[in-house]
Amino acid sequence: MSLGYMTDLGMDFAPDDDHLAIIDAVDRVCGGFDDQYWSECDTEHRFPWEFYKVMADGGWVGIAIPEQYGGGGRGITEAALVLNRVAASGAAMNGSTALHLTMFGLNPVVKFGNDRLKDTFLPRAAAGDLHVAFGVTEPDAGTDTGRITTRAVEDGSGGWIITGRKIWTSKALESEVVLLLVRTDHDDTNRLNGLSLFLADLDPRYVDIRPIPKVGRNAVASCEVAYDGLPVEGWRMVGERGRGFQQILHGINPERILLSAMACGIGEVAVRRAVEYAKERIVFDRPIGANQAIAHPLARAHMELGAAYQMMRLAAWKYDNGLNCAEEANTAKYLAAEASYFAADQAVQTLGGLGYATEYHVERYWREARLQRLAPVSQEMTCNFIAQNVLGLPRSY
Amino acid sequence: MNVIVCVKQIPDPASPGALDPSTNTLKRDGKLILDESDSYGVEMALQLVDAAGGGEVSLISMAPNGEVSGLRTALAMGAAKGILISDPALLGSDALTTAKVLAAAAQRIGGADLIIAATESSDGYTGTVPEQMAEVLGMASVTFAKKVTINGATLEAHRQTEDGYDEVTCQLPAVISVTAGVVEPRYPSFKGIMAAKSKPVEQVTAADLGVTPVGWAGSGQAVVSITQAEARAAGEVIEDDGETFTKIVTFLENLKVI
Ligand SMILES: Cc1cc2nc3c(=O)[nH]c(=O)nc-3n(C[C@H](O)[C@H](O)[C@H](O)COP(=O)(O)OP(=O)(O)OC[C@H]3O[C@@H](n4cnc5c(N)ncnc54)[C@H](O)[C@@H]3O)c2cc1C
Repeated sequence: MSLGYMTDLGMDFAPDDDHLAIIDAVDRVCGGFDDQYWSECDTEHRFPWEFYKVMADGGWVGIAIPEQYGGGGRGITEAALVLNRVAASGAAMNGSTALHLTMFGLNPVVKFGNDRLKDTFLPRAAAGDLHVAFGVTEPDAGTDTGRITTRAVEDGSGGWIITGRKIWTSKALESEVVLLLVRTDHDDTNRLNGLSLFLADLDPRYVDIRPIPKVGRNAVASCEVAYDGLPVEGWRMVGERGRGFQQILHGINPERILLSAMACGIGEVAVRRAVEYAKERIVFDRPIGANQAIAHPLARAHMELGAAYQMMRLAAWKYDNGLNCAEEANTAKYLAAEASYFAADQAVQTLGGLGYATEYHVERYWREARLQRLAPVSQEMTCNFIAQNVLGLPRSY
Repeated sequence: MNVIVCVKQIPDPASPGALDPSTNTLKRDGKLILDESDSYGVEMALQLVDAAGGGEVSLISMAPNGEVSGLRTALAMGAAKGILISDPALLGSDALTTAKVLAAAAQRIGGADLIIAATESSDGYTGTVPEQMAEVLGMASVTFAKKVTINGATLEAHRQTEDGYDEVTCQLPAVISVTAGVVEPRYPSFKGIMAAKSKPVEQVTAADLGVTPVGWAGSGQAVVSITQAEARAAGEVIEDDGETFTKIVTFLENLKVI
């Protein structure tokens, strides 16, 4: 049994000038997009194009794409810092998830893609003008990925025809391509074999996209997507046929790291708003923050966010240094999702009735923070991972 | 076209500042950042060089403790190089000494077609440095420029006045001071920040520039006393008795706004 995070790694906590510069710069960029902007994007279900453009032009979206394709060539740590500051600015998930799929969604292409795929798509991702969606979840296959039924069959001339239904594909409306997990082969011993990954066009002639009305993060729609005989050329297959799931697994830890960075950002802005309000709101002739029933939960939220943030940084550092970070990435995702939801909920509580009013923004953070406990992986599945793979307990399902 | 921009690095206005009781001036021993007032000058310089189709933007800054963070911010926007004058002997310099130092630094860079400064800095200011610099360098001086166009060797500027603007022209080289908000400073970019790390910043002393520091003692100006800014007066609360509008009208009339 290895308790990874308890091992002395000899980490260096000294501030890194580049990281400080990234934080400072992203804070300044985000300062140009105020609460009103995000509130409107959310209420009007409008993708934050203006914000996206500024982030793309500044090279922030391409920060983790390799330099040879025109990206910033940095790691998951820097991508996490960017998304954390975006979320913490008050843009929360509406801002950060507008970016993160282009920032890291193409990781399987970087790792496993053929040269033609890389040369065609990575420079555009680096410039930020390629929007990518990620299609794994199906109506009958969420947590249990091996059950997906969307299939690709060979068309006899080197290409594929894809048919099936996906659900929750985020950003499908805005995206030109989707990284799509489909079944190409059958392996009766292991359902997770025989899946393949394609970078397919969301061609409206064969693809029907319908946004799913949902609780929050409404600037970025998640959609039901039906594929009806979508033709895909052979070179669009990412990596090895039948190894799609294993390839996606490679990107799962970095994704958890990015999600925890965003969650920590939402928690941060929620606590900030709550603290400002608790200092100024006078009830019974004193600021409500003088009541420990208000102050202590905010202190707790702050501490829990701090712990989650450090775990996220540790996971990112291990990933960037080529070490196994599965335990830390899962732990960070779990802790950050809990801390951020608690913080957002407590912010609503601190603002009282106004906490429930759109005008005060914390209800938006609360709706968005709720999502982190469900997706991209549920808290239960995160616990399953730790129980089985770290603690060595029997598999329960 | 080559442009020099004077940029001041100041204590972060977002954190509470403190005054040094012995000199009545702002403490500047912590981290300093680029004065926002100067980001307009940097942006304008970059735009003018762009429009001219060639040349570069250089920066000069005088700051304590070898501080370069603010310079790096401006380099990240696109300036090519900088000179930092950092010298304990320059502590307490008055506006004239500052102007002489900046002028000498401008000459060290090799001069420029145009030197841009903010009309005044945000932390502590006399609002006279750019004009004194022009005088030291023997160049034309245009103050409060809000719009600037270069036409060959002529500079045309809209100069902000109390009730509008003057259209003025002068020959280059010139020193201009620009008001805040004249242009929209660009957002910082990742590549800009990384590139800024390797752009040259030469650090020099007063002696390197041949300027004699005068220090606190020889300063031609002193802050003799400071007082707290007047607290904002409490507002007047009007009970709505159905005739409130007349009270509001009277209030506005007294302010002479209607
Ligand atoms: C806003 C939003 C955006 C999304 N974006 C995308 C996207 O872009 N691309 C994409 O592919 N997917 C996306 N998803 C889907 C998301 O990844 C899934 O919702 C998630 O993986 C859970 O799957 P499910 O909804 O099918 O839940 P189910 O698998 O049906 O599970 C339901 C509940 O049962 C629990 N459960 C199931 N099995 C076990 C077990 N063995 N032990 C304990 N508990 C268990 C789960 O934890 C969960 O709480 C998104 C979802 C949302 C809500």
